[in-house]
Formats: sequence, C-alpha cells, structure tokens
Amino acid sequence: MTHGAAATLRHELIGFSGVLQRNVYLVKRYIWWDVAFMLWTIANTLTIVFIARGVNVSAAQQNALATKFLVGGVIWAYLGIIFEIVTETVAWERWEGTIEYTFMAPVSRPVHLFGMGIFSVLYGIVRAAILFVCVVAFIGIHVPHANYPAALAVLAIASLSFIGIGMMTAVLPLISPEKGTQLGFIAQGLMLVVSGVYYDVSVLPGWMQWISKISPATYALRANREQILRGAGVAWADVWPLVVLGLVSVPLGLLVFRTGERYAKKHGKLKRSG
Amino acid sequence: MFAVEVHNLRKEFVRKEGSGLARRRRRVAALKDVTFTIERGECVAVLGQNGSGKSTLVRLLATLLLHDGGDARVFGHDVFREPRAVQRLVNRVSVEASFFKKMSATENLSYSARFYGLTGAQTKPRIPEILARVGFPDDRRNEAMENLSRGMQQKVALARALLTAPVLLLLDEPTTGLDPRSKLEVQEFIEEMWRTHDATTLLCTHDLAEAEALADRIGILDDGELLCLEPADELKRRYRSDTLEEAFFAATGRSFEQEREEVAS
Repeated sequence: MTHGAAATLRHELIGFSGVLQRNVYLVKRYIWWDVAFMLWTIANTLTIVFIARGVNVSAAQQNALATKFLVGGVIWAYLGIIFEIVTETVAWERWEGTIEYTFMAPVSRPVHLFGMGIFSVLYGIVRAAILFVCVVAFIGIHVPHANYPAALAVLAIASLSFIGIGMMTAVLPLISPEKGTQLGFIAQGLMLVVSGVYYDVSVLPGWMQWISKISPATYALRANREQILRGAGVAWADVWPLVVLGLVSVPLGLLVFRTGERYAKKHGKLKRSG
Repeated sequence: MFAVEVHNLRKEFVRKEGSGLARRRRRVAALKDVTFTIERGECVAVLGQNGSGKSTLVRLLATLLLHDGGDARVFGHDVFREPRAVQRLVNRVSVEASFFKKMSATENLSYSARFYGLTGAQTKPRIPEILARVGFPDDRRNEAMENLSRGMQQKVALARALLTAPVLLLLDEPTTGLDPRSKLEVQEFIEEMWRTHDATTLLCTHDLAEAEALADRIGILDDGELLCLEPADELKRRYRSDTLEEAFFAATGRSFEQEREEVAS
C-alpha cells in the first residue's frame, strides 16, 4: 500500500469512528427516550406473543407458536432498527441542522453510510437481546434447542442487505425533505407485511409472495425460526438469497445515494430547510 | 497560486410559481458569471442584500452545491471535480450554529474533528484550549448545546472551524442575530484568528462596519452579480462616497436600511 493510500485509509477510518462516536453520544443523551422506546417494544411484542397463550392447543404447540411470534417480533425489531437508523441518516441531520457540516466534511459517503449501518447493527443486537430475554422470561417460553450462534450468523448476513436497502431509502429525504421520510416509512411497512413476520409467507396473495422473495427479512425470519425452535444450523437455502441480496443492495444503495446527493447539490436541497 | 480562483461562476435554481394548473417552473439566476480571486492569507468580505447570492457563493465553495457554469478553484483544486481535496482545506461558519442540540460543545467538536482525520488523542487537549481561546466558559463545556445562548453557540461554531485548521475559512454572516457584546467578541476572535492563523478568509456579511474592520478588500454582490471587489478606500473613491454605506447605495441603487425594512416587514 502506498503512503498516500495508507493516509487516506487512516483518514477514512478516523471518520468512521467519528460516525460511531456521534451515535454513541446521542444514545447517551437520549437515554430515557431509548428506555421508553425499549419498554414500548417489549410491550408491543408481548401483545403479539400472548396471542399464542390464548390458542386452544397443547402446551408444547402453544410454546412453539409463542416462539414463532417471538422470533418474528425480535427479528423485526432488530431489522427495523437497522432500517430506521440508516434511513434517517439524512432526516435526522436535517432536523438537528448539522446536515451541511456533515456533507461538506472530507469523509467519503460509503464510510459515512457504513458507519451508520455498523452502529445500527451493534445497537440493534443489544436491543434485540434485551427484548428476547425479557419476553422469554415474562411469558416463560422454553427454547431448549435454540442455536444462537447460527441465528446470529444469519442475522449478520441479513443486516448487510438491510443496510443497502436503508441507503436507498435514506436518499429520499434528500430529494424531498418531507415526503421522503414518509416514503421511507411506507417502504418499511411494505417489507413488514410481505416478509412473514408473524405468519408463513404462503398465506399471502401470489403477487405479495413474489415481493417477499426480494425481501431479506423473509429469509432471515425463516432461518431464525428453525434455529431457535429446532436448533437448525446455517442453511445454504437461506444464506445464498441473503448473500445475493446483500451483494446487489449495497452497491445499488450507494449508487442511488450518490445520484440523490448529486441531485440535491444541483437543486440546492442539501440544507437544513430543504 | 491563488487561494481562491473563481471564473464566470454561474448558478441557477428552479422556482415553482403559482398553484394548481397554473403552476410553472422558472429558472432564477443566483450567481451570474462571478469572477474574482483571493490571495493566500487575504480576508475578503462580500456585501449584499438578502437573496443577492452570498450564501450561494459560500455553499458552492463549500462543495454543498453544484454549479451551472464557469469554474472555481481552491488552492488549485477544482471545487467540482476534486471536492474531497477542497473539503480538507475548507471549513465554514454560517449564520446558524448547527449542532446536535442535546450533545455538549465538547462532544460536538470531538466527533466533527474526526471527520477531518483528527483522532481523539489529538482533540482531547485541543478542544479545551480552543474553546478557551474563543472565550467559551470552561464550566459549560459539557453542557447540552440547547442550553447555551446563540452567542455561545456561535463561539463553539468558530471553535469547530478552527479545530480543523482550515486554510480557507468561509464565514457566512457569522455575527447576524447576535447581541452587540457577543458580536464584538466574535469579530475580535475572527480578527485574532486571521492574524495568528495562516488562513484565507471569505466573509459574507450584512454588516458594513464588520466588513470594513476585518477585510482587506470588499466586494458588492447584487442580484447575483459581483459589482466590484477592492479595498474599502478605493471602493469609496470609485463611488465618490464618504462611507461604505453610501458606496453600497451608489453601487446598487438601494440602501441597507431599505433592506432591513424589507426583512422586518
């Protein structure tokens, strides 16, 4: 590696640490919001998981159904956090008023966006773990065969696709400050409904099943259910679609963001008031 | 080599007018073939009314906008083709301090310095030092920005710019809206920074006295056109005026008072 390339790499790594540091500071400063949001997520997941307790089947079947709901709730909470944090990269900075200072700083956009993505993965894992433990303890779900390392491995692969999709939706507030954020929420909702969070995707209408094939959440949920309920390993049938989606969505996300940023710079939308 | 070299720089925006079916788009020129140079170490002030194109000029040089014609170079680097090289050399203080409101001054400075390649070990001793230089009270370094006055926030904005040691400092109305004391403190600091730090400064302001006190040369930007750029005395001589305000009036056909009234109304 040449001296120039090493210096650039060092500069970008320091910039990357800056993105992480900023988000850690923000979590620290908004900690009570985080606690409130965590409690809300636990309560929300409990309302779903309790449905299993009301179904008139054997205790073992009830436990399996509760686990299925729990996995859906936890994985959605995890992937939803990644999606939200990456998607709100622009919207949040616009709201705080720092957008111009971040976009005129000499840190590359991939480093900026991946910094947001990696932070969201770490933050999401902590939240998902707390959610899982709290709901399991509260309802008394038994998951004796759970294969946690395999579940984490699949989640890590799925996270890449979510970061990529998040990059694509993150650009929306750059193009249209208000409508862009709204469209980001719609995209997230669409993914929730087609991915089989609390049901099997086979119950969906045909056209929705087709969309579910391009949602990384579909494969992550299917794999994690098998891993938590039956202790399955990392199945290639779930991994390859996630790898393909990750390999497509990340470069595409970067390209879409770059195009959106050029548009915003051309039309003067890269400012706090849009 | 010039610190800043701008040649026939042009920028247009699309404005939407009317409503419903009568709605149409119109291209409005924000900068019309602006040409000027700034020497290394020089402080140049650009005066102009609201909407004259001052902020557009600053935002173009800060790589926040793409141009529609002409070119701009910062220390030989093309602003639009080599934005990363330019970003390493430039920092900016704008009319709004722009910080993460819940975070403290130290936290805001610490993360933003990392975007410029400065490590935590480098910034840890420098942040208190720079905040002290801008007259920021030591006991408020860890207080959330939202609890600080505008004057205090603007001092932190100056510290943020200074921390990255820019060779070109873009000041876009840095004292607008500050109380007289804060204004004076910020102006004194800009003057001190310019004297002690090897930085070239482009100051866009409404404040004629500020421009006259701080700048080597003063330009008048009116409706996107740079009417002149010369030392204050020459400007007054050219427009046969005793004061800068009169010179501004003679150059643009309007007064600053008129503009203040328009803004107030």
